[in-house]
Amino acid sequence: MKGKWTVLVSVLLVLSMLLGACAPKPTPTPTPTPKPAVQPTEAPPTATAVPPTPKPVEPIKIAILGPLTGDVATFGASNRDGAIMAFEEWNAKGGVLGRPIEWVLGDSQCDPKAAADVAKKVIDEDQVKYIVGAVCSSESIPISEYANQKKVVQISGTSTNVMVTVDKDGKVKPYTFRACFIDPFQGSVMAKFALENLKAKTAAVVLDVGNDYIKGLAEEFRKAFEAGGGKVVVWESFVKEDTDFSAILAKVKAANPDVFYIPTYYDKLNLIAAQAKQKGITAVLLGGDGWDSPDTDLAACDGGYYTNHYSPDDPRPIVQDFVKRYQEKFGKVPDALAALAYDAANILLASIEKAGVDDPTAVAKAMETIKFEAVSGTITFDQFHNPVKNAAILHVKDGKVLFEASVSP
Amino acid sequence: MPPPLFLKREEESVRKMQNALNRFIPFLRRGWYAVLAGLLILLWLVGRFRENPVLFAQFMVDGIRLGFVYALIALGYTMVYGIVRLINFAHGDVFMVGAFTAYYATTRYHWGFVPAMLLAMVVCAFLAVVIERVAYKPLRDAPRIAALITAIGVSFFLEYFTALDFVFTPNFINYTPLPIKFKTWDVAGVTFSNIMFIVIAVSTMLLVILWYLVYRTKLGKAMRAVAWDKPTARLMGIDVDLVITFTFAIGAALAGVGGMLYVIVYPQIRTFLGVMPGLKAFIAAVFGGIGSIPGAFIGSLLIGMIETLSQGYLSSTLRDAIVFSILIIVLLFRPTGLFGEAAKEKA
Repeated sequence: MKGKWTVLVSVLLVLSMLLGACAPKPTPTPTPTPKPAVQPTEAPPTATAVPPTPKPVEPIKIAILGPLTGDVATFGASNRDGAIMAFEEWNAKGGVLGRPIEWVLGDSQCDPKAAADVAKKVIDEDQVKYIVGAVCSSESIPISEYANQKKVVQISGTSTNVMVTVDKDGKVKPYTFRACFIDPFQGSVMAKFALENLKAKTAAVVLDVGNDYIKGLAEEFRKAFEAGGGKVVVWESFVKEDTDFSAILAKVKAANPDVFYIPTYYDKLNLIAAQAKQKGITAVLLGGDGWDSPDTDLAACDGGYYTNHYSPDDPRPIVQDFVKRYQEKFGKVPDALAALAYDAANILLASIEKAGVDDPTAVAKAMETIKFEAVSGTITFDQFHNPVKNAAILHVKDGKVLFEASVSP
Repeated sequence: MPPPLFLKREEESVRKMQNALNRFIPFLRRGWYAVLAGLLILLWLVGRFRENPVLFAQFMVDGIRLGFVYALIALGYTMVYGIVRLINFAHGDVFMVGAFTAYYATTRYHWGFVPAMLLAMVVCAFLAVVIERVAYKPLRDAPRIAALITAIGVSFFLEYFTALDFVFTPNFINYTPLPIKFKTWDVAGVTFSNIMFIVIAVSTMLLVILWYLVYRTKLGKAMRAVAWDKPTARLMGIDVDLVITFTFAIGAALAGVGGMLYVIVYPQIRTFLGVMPGLKAFIAAVFGGIGSIPGAFIGSLLIGMIETLSQGYLSSTLRDAIVFSILIIVLLFRPTGLFGEAAKEKA
């Protein structure tokens, strides 16, 4: 009896191995596209732009990565909408290099692990050569590592941490770019604004020690604020899971600073600002572009200022035009994430057009020297693939966000 | 010759170390070192107090507020444990459901504070009864570990099921506008808010009701009898199942109120809201002596204060590490907690 089972099992094993070995062969699909992730593009306009071709042109595939679920899901949604809007506009004009654009969505969850997985998925399975995204710096960094290894061009709209485009040794990653300015710039712009416009002498700073973006802003703010003669009287860190900030806020209250810098994302900002109000803290709240979300509790951070990449109230025609078209399409005013994703997608496509070939290495070279008139300002890239452009300072007042000033680098 | 000598020396050192350990462990277990450590911490706190009494007082006030919320959750843990010897890990998620219920009642349907609180109590009590009947009752005679694992399963189920789009939401919600307009008063530099008084008043009221229920009513007597000895209680004509269901319901109703108060203090609601407070309250219950109602209350206040003090004086990144070390230390050296009696291990 026992012998019989052994034979049966081993036969089954051998069979399964044979099947396993054969399986990949009969299905060598040239374009393995997972259905739910791919959006069909509006192809017809290509016919008007290029002379009718007998066989359909192969589309250029671009991945859009960002957090579509989780704590900062509105960031991911804006990022996606901005990029898709740019792609659709290019498709309506006849695509890029005469080929339509097709996009693949990936959810990187604002989490390094999920980001690394989704990068592998879009690069290896979907075989994209270009990536727009991701949003959080903590997800863009692992994506950039894999993208550079595989020679895939990545342009992030909103990842502001220095390490996104530069590796540990300070060498620039050849295939990674971004459309936003970097953390040090936001931190020092806000410090400059606090010292000069708000005449602040003392500041309190809180930061999430586990988040590269928040740490970058906070450290740069402290450096610039102290260099400008100010004093950071409270410097407190917290962890991602915290909801109770009472002890930190008690210290802030005791120190009574002029300004209170909270460079976190909107989820923690809401908690901290609401609790600060309960504590009776009167310092002016300051922040970075992590505040820019429809879910921000504007009542709790009333009177605050934050740095951002663009303002929909900016009178430049390119901005007003973009805002109008976005509103028609999505029924809401675009936030900075949407604007930057739109810019990032446009810069990428313009670079492909400039390079003239569908080759990531040539596209990356072309992008280095491009000068592009974007919604968030005129963009050129410095040697570390960071754009050189202005920052906007926004003011939260009576439940509205107003354009306060534009500060040059 | 040299190798054996070497070996011998090593053996000797190992033996020495063992001897040292053997002497050291009973020394640790004797307990006066705990008094010493406590004194040192107290001395350090006094030093901090003299440095800035106002800040210290503020930390204490915040700690007490947090402690009262923990107490509302910890009581549910401790009562259920006292009666069925089950650590109901789904309790923190019942707390979360209470928070959501109160939120929807006050913002969508514009109910007042008190009706919303009563609704949260009823919904949570009902939910806990369902959980108890569906998930725990069939396992009452199974090994305890099976029920414990089921409790963890129920906890995950509640967290992820409510995160679905058509249940609550996968993202967080800002609790605005709050059902109460908050006001703050400065008394000698220490800030008090009306929310804090509400938290303390509501919790105290519920605790008094609970005390009355457990120690002065027939139902309470039945609960204590069931906790003491289930088979004998049954022989005396007590409907044990009904009493157990009631215990779950009462614990959950308290947790529902706790959830509502928690999101009023920290106005952000998400489906994973209950995880951390649930664990902290569990630690508080163990610290006070699991199974003991006054123990859970005192333990919660202490944990609340330890949290704010360690956040204030050490660092907020260390806070959770400190609180969880308390759990380990208590379990190692005094498993019965501060007020627990040496449990007679049954079944």
